[in-house]
Amino acid sequence: MAEIAIRKRIVTIEEIFHEGGPPAAVPLRRGAIVSVIRNPFAGRYVEEIAGFMEDLKPLGLAMAKALVEALGGDPKSVQGYGKGAIVGAAGEIEHGALWHVPGGYAMREILGGAKAIVPSTKKVGGPGTRLDIPVTHIDASYVRSHFDAVEVGVADGPRADEIALALVMTTGPRIHARVGGLKAGDIKGEDGLR
Amino acid sequence: MRAEIRKIAVILEETASEMGRPVVPPTRRAAAVAVIRNPHAGEFREDLSALFEIGEELGGLLAERAVQALGIAGADAESYGKAAAVGENGELEHAAAILHPKLGGPVRRVLGTGAALIPSSKKRGGPGLSLDIPLGHKDAAYVRSHFDGMEVRIADAPRADEIVVAVAVTDSGRPLPRVGGLAKDEITGEDGLR
Repeated sequence: MAEIAIRKRIVTIEEIFHEGGPPAAVPLRRGAIVSVIRNPFAGRYVEEIAGFMEDLKPLGLAMAKALVEALGGDPKSVQGYGKGAIVGAAGEIEHGALWHVPGGYAMREILGGAKAIVPSTKKVGGPGTRLDIPVTHIDASYVRSHFDAVEVGVADGPRADEIALALVMTTGPRIHARVGGLKAGDIKGEDGLR
Repeated sequence: MRAEIRKIAVILEETASEMGRPVVPPTRRAAAVAVIRNPHAGEFREDLSALFEIGEELGGLLAERAVQALGIAGADAESYGKAAAVGENGELEHAAAILHPKLGGPVRRVLGTGAALIPSSKKRGGPGLSLDIPLGHKDAAYVRSHFDGMEVRIADAPRADEIVVAVAVTDSGRPLPRVGGLAKDEITGEDGLR
Protein backbone atom coordinates (compact mmCIF):
# COMPACT_ATOMS: atom_id res chain seq x y z
CA MET A 1 0.00 0.00 0.00
CA ALA A 2 1.54 3.25 -1.17
CA GLU A 3 1.64 6.11 1.26
CA ILE A 4 -0.14 9.26 0.14
CA ALA A 5 2.30 12.16 0.41
CA ILE A 6 0.29 15.38 0.61
CA ARG A 7 2.19 18.58 -0.02
CA LYS A 8 -0.65 21.02 0.33
CA ARG A 9 -4.37 21.37 0.56
CA ILE A 10 -6.55 24.28 -0.53
CA VAL A 11 -10.17 24.84 0.40
CA THR A 12 -12.14 27.52 -1.45
CA ILE A 13 -15.67 28.57 -0.56
CA GLU A 14 -17.55 30.99 -2.77
CA GLU A 15 -20.75 32.65 -1.61
CA ILE A 16 -22.75 34.11 -4.46
CA PHE A 17 -25.36 36.72 -3.62
CA HIS A 18 -26.43 37.70 -7.13
CA GLU A 19 -25.17 38.00 -10.67
CA GLY A 20 -26.92 41.16 -11.72
CA GLY A 21 -30.44 39.90 -10.96
CA PRO A 22 -32.47 39.78 -7.74
CA PRO A 23 -30.34 38.72 -4.75
CA ALA A 24 -31.20 35.19 -3.60
CA ALA A 25 -32.83 34.71 -0.19
CA VAL A 26 -30.11 32.17 0.56
CA PRO A 27 -26.78 32.80 -1.15
CA LEU A 28 -25.46 29.95 -3.30
CA ARG A 29 -22.32 28.37 -1.89
CA ARG A 30 -19.80 26.59 -4.06
CA GLY A 31 -16.89 24.82 -2.44
CA ALA A 32 -13.77 23.18 -3.79
CA ILE A 33 -11.04 21.22 -2.07
CA VAL A 34 -7.75 20.42 -3.81
CA SER A 35 -5.00 18.17 -2.46
CA VAL A 36 -1.60 18.22 -4.11
CA ILE A 37 0.00 14.80 -3.71
CA ARG A 38 3.11 13.08 -5.00
CA ASN A 39 2.51 10.99 -8.11
CA PRO A 40 4.08 7.61 -7.29
CA PHE A 41 4.16 6.70 -11.01
CA ALA A 42 5.78 9.88 -12.34
CA GLY A 43 8.60 9.63 -14.85
CA ARG A 44 8.09 6.09 -16.13
CA TYR A 45 5.45 3.75 -17.50
CA VAL A 46 3.91 1.55 -14.83
CA GLU A 47 1.45 -1.09 -15.99
CA GLU A 48 -0.20 -1.94 -12.69
CA ILE A 49 -1.54 1.26 -11.19
CA ALA A 50 -5.07 0.30 -10.19
CA GLY A 51 -4.12 -0.58 -6.61
CA PHE A 52 -3.53 3.12 -5.96
CA MET A 53 -7.29 3.71 -6.12
CA GLU A 54 -7.66 1.80 -2.86
CA ASP A 55 -4.85 3.84 -1.32
CA LEU A 56 -6.65 7.06 -2.26
CA LYS A 57 -9.91 6.15 -0.54
CA PRO A 58 -9.04 7.54 2.92
CA LEU A 59 -7.84 10.77 1.33
CA GLY A 60 -11.07 11.04 -0.66
CA LEU A 61 -13.16 10.58 2.45
CA ALA A 62 -11.12 13.11 4.42
CA MET A 63 -11.44 15.64 1.59
CA ALA A 64 -15.20 15.13 1.22
CA LYS A 65 -15.66 15.52 4.98
CA ALA A 66 -13.53 18.65 5.12
CA LEU A 67 -15.42 20.19 2.22
CA VAL A 68 -18.82 19.54 3.79
CA GLU A 69 -17.45 21.05 6.99
CA ALA A 70 -16.25 24.16 5.14
CA LEU A 71 -19.70 24.51 3.55
CA GLY A 72 -21.30 24.67 6.99
CA GLY A 73 -21.25 21.06 8.15
CA ASP A 74 -24.61 19.75 6.93
CA PRO A 75 -24.31 17.06 4.23
CA LYS A 76 -28.01 17.60 3.40
CA SER A 77 -27.25 21.12 2.22
CA VAL A 78 -25.18 19.78 -0.68
CA GLN A 79 -27.12 19.57 -3.98
CA GLY A 80 -24.46 19.42 -6.67
CA TYR A 81 -21.06 17.84 -7.08
CA GLY A 82 -18.12 17.18 -9.37
CA LYS A 83 -14.51 16.06 -9.33
CA GLY A 84 -11.32 16.47 -11.28
CA ALA A 85 -7.59 15.95 -11.42
CA ILE A 86 -4.58 17.77 -12.84
CA VAL A 87 -1.61 15.47 -13.45
CA GLY A 88 1.87 17.01 -13.43
CA ALA A 89 3.95 16.86 -16.60
CA ALA A 90 5.91 13.73 -15.65
CA GLY A 91 2.70 11.74 -15.30
CA GLU A 92 0.02 10.51 -17.70
CA ILE A 93 -3.66 11.22 -17.98
CA GLU A 94 -4.35 7.65 -16.84
CA HIS A 95 -2.98 8.60 -13.43
CA GLY A 96 -5.73 11.22 -13.19
CA ALA A 97 -8.28 8.51 -13.95
CA LEU A 98 -7.30 6.85 -10.67
CA TRP A 99 -9.36 9.53 -8.91
CA HIS A 100 -12.72 8.46 -10.41
CA VAL A 101 -13.47 5.71 -7.94
CA PRO A 102 -12.09 7.08 -4.65
CA GLY A 103 -13.24 10.66 -5.32
CA GLY A 104 -16.75 9.68 -6.33
CA TYR A 105 -17.14 6.98 -3.71
CA ALA A 106 -16.08 9.37 -0.98
CA MET A 107 -18.60 12.08 -1.84
CA ARG A 108 -21.45 9.61 -2.20
CA GLU A 109 -20.65 8.07 1.14
CA ILE A 110 -20.39 11.41 2.95
CA LEU A 111 -23.53 12.77 1.27
CA GLY A 112 -25.57 9.70 2.16
CA GLY A 113 -25.85 7.75 -1.06
CA ALA A 114 -26.17 10.31 -3.83
CA LYS A 115 -27.56 8.66 -6.96
CA ALA A 116 -26.12 10.55 -9.92
CA ILE A 117 -22.79 9.87 -11.57
CA VAL A 118 -20.22 12.39 -10.38
CA PRO A 119 -19.24 14.47 -13.42
CA SER A 120 -15.54 14.84 -13.88
CA THR A 121 -12.70 16.17 -15.95
CA LYS A 122 -8.95 15.88 -15.96
CA LYS A 123 -5.85 17.05 -17.77
CA VAL A 124 -2.08 17.02 -17.71
CA GLY A 125 -0.55 20.38 -16.93
CA GLY A 126 2.01 22.43 -15.10
CA PRO A 127 1.84 24.63 -12.01
CA GLY A 128 -0.99 27.15 -12.20
CA THR A 129 -3.03 25.06 -14.65
CA ARG A 130 -6.73 25.80 -14.23
CA LEU A 131 -9.36 23.08 -14.41
CA ASP A 132 -13.08 23.71 -14.96
CA ILE A 133 -14.80 21.03 -12.94
CA PRO A 134 -18.31 20.19 -14.15
CA VAL A 135 -21.09 20.11 -11.58
CA THR A 136 -24.46 18.35 -11.71
CA HIS A 137 -27.25 17.52 -9.26
CA ILE A 138 -26.28 14.77 -6.82
CA ASP A 139 -29.38 12.62 -7.39
CA ALA A 140 -30.45 13.34 -10.95
CA SER A 141 -27.98 14.31 -13.66
CA TYR A 142 -30.61 15.97 -15.84
CA VAL A 143 -31.61 18.69 -13.37
CA ARG A 144 -30.90 21.66 -15.60
CA SER A 145 -30.73 24.32 -12.90
CA HIS A 146 -27.77 22.56 -11.30
CA PHE A 147 -25.52 22.24 -14.36
CA ASP A 148 -22.58 24.37 -13.36
CA ALA A 149 -18.78 24.38 -13.26
CA VAL A 150 -16.21 25.52 -10.73
CA GLU A 151 -12.72 26.57 -11.76
CA VAL A 152 -9.88 25.34 -9.55
CA GLY A 153 -6.12 25.61 -9.68
CA VAL A 154 -3.01 25.80 -7.56
CA ALA A 155 -0.46 28.53 -8.27
CA ASP A 156 2.55 26.31 -7.50
CA GLY A 157 1.18 22.95 -8.45
CA PRO A 158 1.06 20.36 -9.73
CA ARG A 159 4.80 20.09 -10.09
CA ALA A 160 5.97 17.51 -12.65
CA ASP A 161 5.86 14.64 -10.17
CA GLU A 162 2.60 15.62 -8.49
CA ILE A 163 -1.16 15.25 -8.99
CA ALA A 164 -3.74 17.80 -7.86
CA LEU A 165 -6.95 16.01 -6.87
CA ALA A 166 -10.14 18.04 -6.56
CA LEU A 167 -13.69 17.65 -5.24
CA VAL A 168 -16.40 20.26 -5.72
CA MET A 169 -19.79 20.68 -4.04
CA THR A 170 -22.55 23.27 -4.43
CA THR A 171 -25.55 24.07 -2.24
CA GLY A 172 -28.09 24.90 -4.92
CA PRO A 173 -28.96 25.86 -8.47
CA ARG A 174 -27.15 28.56 -10.47
CA ILE A 175 -27.94 31.84 -8.81
CA HIS A 176 -30.40 33.06 -11.47
CA ALA A 177 -31.29 29.68 -13.03
CA ARG A 178 -34.11 30.17 -15.56
CA VAL A 179 -33.63 28.02 -18.63
CA GLY A 180 -36.26 25.43 -17.78
CA GLY A 181 -35.75 21.67 -17.97
CA LEU A 182 -36.09 19.11 -15.21
CA LYS A 183 -36.51 20.77 -11.82
CA ALA A 184 -34.93 19.51 -8.61
CA GLY A 185 -38.40 19.31 -7.09
CA ASP A 186 -39.65 16.99 -9.85
CA ILE A 187 -37.00 14.27 -9.79
CA LYS A 188 -37.64 10.64 -8.90
CA GLY A 189 -34.05 10.14 -7.79
CA GLU A 190 -33.95 6.44 -8.57
CA ASP A 191 -31.84 5.97 -11.68
CA GLY A 192 -29.47 8.88 -11.05
CA LEU A 193 -30.67 10.62 -14.18
CA ARG A 194 -34.18 12.02 -13.56
CA MET B 1 -23.62 48.38 4.06
CA ARG B 2 -22.42 50.66 1.30
CA ALA B 3 -20.57 47.94 -0.57
CA GLU B 4 -22.76 46.11 -3.09
CA ILE B 5 -21.30 42.62 -2.86
CA ARG B 6 -21.94 40.13 -5.64
CA LYS B 7 -19.91 37.32 -4.16
CA ILE B 8 -17.43 36.45 -1.44
CA ALA B 9 -14.81 33.72 -1.74
CA VAL B 10 -12.67 32.39 1.07
CA ILE B 11 -9.55 30.37 0.28
CA LEU B 12 -7.66 28.37 2.89
CA GLU B 13 -4.29 26.92 1.96
CA GLU B 14 -2.26 24.50 4.08
CA THR B 15 1.24 23.36 3.19
CA ALA B 16 2.20 20.07 4.80
CA SER B 17 5.50 19.34 3.07
CA GLU B 18 8.15 20.83 0.79
CA MET B 19 10.62 18.71 -1.19
CA GLY B 20 9.39 15.70 0.70
CA ARG B 21 10.21 17.27 4.04
CA PRO B 22 7.31 17.59 6.49
CA VAL B 23 6.20 21.07 7.52
CA VAL B 24 5.11 20.71 11.14
CA PRO B 25 2.73 22.23 11.92
CA PRO B 26 1.58 22.94 8.35
CA THR B 27 1.83 26.59 7.34
CA ARG B 28 -1.62 28.06 6.78
CA ARG B 29 -2.87 31.13 5.04
CA ALA B 30 -6.32 32.34 4.18
CA ALA B 31 -7.62 34.96 1.80
CA ALA B 32 -11.10 36.44 1.86
CA VAL B 33 -12.15 38.06 -1.39
CA ALA B 34 -15.19 40.23 -2.14
CA VAL B 35 -16.49 41.11 -5.58
CA ILE B 36 -18.25 44.46 -5.43
CA ARG B 37 -19.82 46.89 -7.85
CA ASN B 38 -17.56 49.82 -8.68
CA PRO B 39 -19.81 52.83 -8.05
CA HIS B 40 -17.54 54.99 -10.21
CA ALA B 41 -17.11 52.69 -13.20
CA GLY B 42 -17.09 54.57 -16.48
CA GLU B 43 -16.78 58.06 -15.00
CA PHE B 44 -14.06 60.29 -13.68
CA ARG B 45 -14.88 61.19 -10.08
CA GLU B 46 -12.66 63.58 -8.21
CA ASP B 47 -14.03 62.72 -4.79
CA LEU B 48 -13.47 59.04 -4.02
CA SER B 49 -14.64 59.11 -0.42
CA ALA B 50 -17.46 56.60 -1.08
CA LEU B 51 -14.75 54.08 -1.89
CA PHE B 52 -12.89 54.95 1.33
CA GLU B 53 -16.01 53.93 3.27
CA ILE B 54 -16.43 50.73 1.28
CA GLY B 55 -12.80 49.90 2.05
CA GLU B 56 -13.45 50.38 5.74
CA GLU B 57 -16.43 48.02 5.69
CA LEU B 58 -14.60 45.38 3.70
CA GLY B 59 -11.48 45.53 5.88
CA GLY B 60 -13.38 44.25 8.91
CA LEU B 61 -15.58 41.82 7.02
CA LEU B 62 -12.76 40.19 5.05
CA ALA B 63 -10.32 40.03 7.96
CA GLU B 64 -13.00 38.32 10.04
CA ARG B 65 -13.73 35.81 7.29
CA ALA B 66 -10.04 35.00 6.84
CA VAL B 67 -9.45 34.52 10.57
CA GLN B 68 -12.58 32.39 10.78
CA ALA B 69 -11.28 30.15 7.98
CA LEU B 70 -8.00 29.72 9.84
CA GLY B 71 -9.94 28.84 12.97
CA ILE B 72 -7.73 30.99 15.19
CA ALA B 73 -8.13 34.00 17.41
CA GLY B 74 -7.33 37.23 15.57
CA ALA B 75 -4.44 37.87 17.92
CA ASP B 76 -2.77 34.63 16.77
CA ALA B 77 -2.51 35.80 13.17
CA GLU B 78 1.09 36.40 12.14
CA SER B 79 1.15 38.07 8.75
CA TYR B 80 -1.18 39.92 6.45
CA GLY B 81 -1.62 41.58 3.08
CA LYS B 82 -4.25 43.17 0.87
CA ALA B 83 -4.92 43.66 -2.82
CA ALA B 84 -7.53 44.88 -5.28
CA ALA B 85 -8.26 44.32 -8.95
CA VAL B 86 -10.33 46.90 -10.82
CA GLY B 87 -12.42 45.94 -13.84
CA GLU B 88 -11.75 47.58 -17.18
CA ASN B 89 -14.22 50.45 -16.71
CA GLY B 90 -12.55 51.62 -13.53
CA GLU B 91 -9.25 53.26 -12.65
CA LEU B 92 -6.36 52.06 -10.59
CA GLU B 93 -7.08 54.97 -8.27
CA HIS B 94 -10.36 53.27 -7.34
CA ALA B 95 -8.36 50.33 -6.00
CA ALA B 96 -6.15 52.76 -4.13
CA ALA B 97 -9.21 54.47 -2.62
CA ILE B 98 -10.47 51.16 -1.26
CA LEU B 99 -7.14 49.85 0.00
CA HIS B 100 -5.25 52.75 1.45
CA PRO B 101 -7.26 55.34 3.39
CA LYS B 102 -9.46 53.24 5.70
CA LEU B 103 -9.26 49.49 5.10
CA GLY B 104 -6.36 48.86 7.48
CA GLY B 105 -7.95 50.06 10.74
CA PRO B 106 -10.66 47.41 10.99
CA VAL B 107 -8.22 44.71 9.84
CA ARG B 108 -5.98 45.58 12.77
CA ARG B 109 -8.94 45.60 15.14
CA VAL B 110 -9.77 42.03 14.09
CA LEU B 111 -6.15 40.96 14.56
CA GLY B 112 -5.60 42.73 17.87
CA THR B 113 -2.38 44.38 16.75
CA GLY B 114 -0.78 45.37 13.44
CA ALA B 115 2.01 47.85 13.86
CA ALA B 116 3.42 47.08 10.43
CA LEU B 117 2.28 48.55 7.14
CA ILE B 118 -0.14 46.16 5.40
CA PRO B 119 1.67 45.23 2.20
CA SER B 120 -0.49 45.67 -0.88
CA SER B 121 -0.78 45.30 -4.63
CA LYS B 122 -3.28 46.40 -7.22
CA LYS B 123 -3.99 46.07 -10.90
CA ARG B 124 -6.62 46.52 -13.57
CA GLY B 125 -7.89 43.74 -15.78
CA GLY B 126 -10.63 41.34 -16.75
CA PRO B 127 -12.33 38.29 -15.23
CA GLY B 128 -9.97 35.60 -13.98
CA LEU B 129 -7.18 38.06 -13.35
CA SER B 130 -4.77 36.74 -10.75
CA LEU B 131 -3.84 38.91 -7.78
CA ASP B 132 -0.57 38.28 -5.99
CA ILE B 133 -1.19 39.53 -2.46
CA PRO B 134 2.09 40.45 -0.77
CA LEU B 135 2.42 39.21 2.80
CA GLY B 136 4.45 40.58 5.69
CA HIS B 137 4.54 40.10 9.45
CA LYS B 138 1.78 42.17 11.02
CA ASP B 139 3.91 43.74 13.76
CA ALA B 140 7.40 43.94 12.27
CA ALA B 141 7.85 44.32 8.53
CA TYR B 142 11.45 43.08 8.62
CA VAL B 143 10.65 39.55 9.81
CA ARG B 144 12.23 37.74 6.90
CA SER B 145 10.53 34.37 7.39
CA HIS B 146 7.16 36.02 6.77
CA PHE B 147 7.91 37.78 3.46
CA ASP B 148 5.60 35.90 1.14
CA GLY B 149 2.83 36.20 -1.41
CA MET B 150 -0.48 34.47 -2.01
CA GLU B 151 -2.10 34.22 -5.41
CA VAL B 152 -5.88 34.48 -5.60
CA ARG B 153 -8.28 34.74 -8.49
CA ILE B 154 -11.98 34.68 -9.12
CA ALA B 155 -12.83 33.06 -12.45
CA ASP B 156 -15.74 35.40 -13.28
CA ALA B 157 -14.46 38.68 -11.81
CA PRO B 158 -13.78 41.52 -12.05
CA ARG B 159 -16.35 42.29 -14.68
CA ALA B 160 -15.93 45.70 -16.31
CA ASP B 161 -17.80 47.57 -13.57
CA GLU B 162 -16.57 45.57 -10.59
CA ILE B 163 -13.70 45.59 -8.11
CA VAL B 164 -12.20 42.49 -6.47
CA VAL B 165 -10.95 43.23 -2.97
CA ALA B 166 -8.82 40.74 -1.04
CA VAL B 167 -7.42 40.49 2.48
CA ALA B 168 -4.99 37.67 3.31
CA VAL B 169 -4.08 36.53 6.82
CA THR B 170 -1.72 33.73 7.93
CA ASP B 171 -0.89 31.91 11.13
CA SER B 172 2.69 31.29 9.99
CA GLY B 173 5.49 32.33 7.65
CA ARG B 174 6.87 30.44 4.66
CA PRO B 175 7.24 26.67 4.96
CA LEU B 176 10.78 25.74 6.08
CA PRO B 177 12.19 29.32 6.16
CA ARG B 178 15.99 29.38 6.24
CA VAL B 179 17.34 32.57 4.76
CA GLY B 180 18.08 34.20 8.10
CA GLY B 181 17.20 37.77 9.00
CA LEU B 182 15.05 39.03 11.84
CA ALA B 183 13.13 36.18 13.52
CA LYS B 184 9.59 36.59 14.81
CA ASP B 185 10.59 35.95 18.42
CA GLU B 186 13.17 38.76 18.27
CA ILE B 187 10.80 41.59 17.43
CA THR B 188 9.72 44.42 19.69
CA GLY B 189 6.71 45.17 17.48
CA GLU B 190 6.49 48.85 18.28
CA ASP B 191 7.66 50.74 15.22
CA GLY B 192 6.15 48.29 12.78
CA LEU B 193 9.55 47.45 11.36
CA ARG B 194 11.52 45.35 13.92
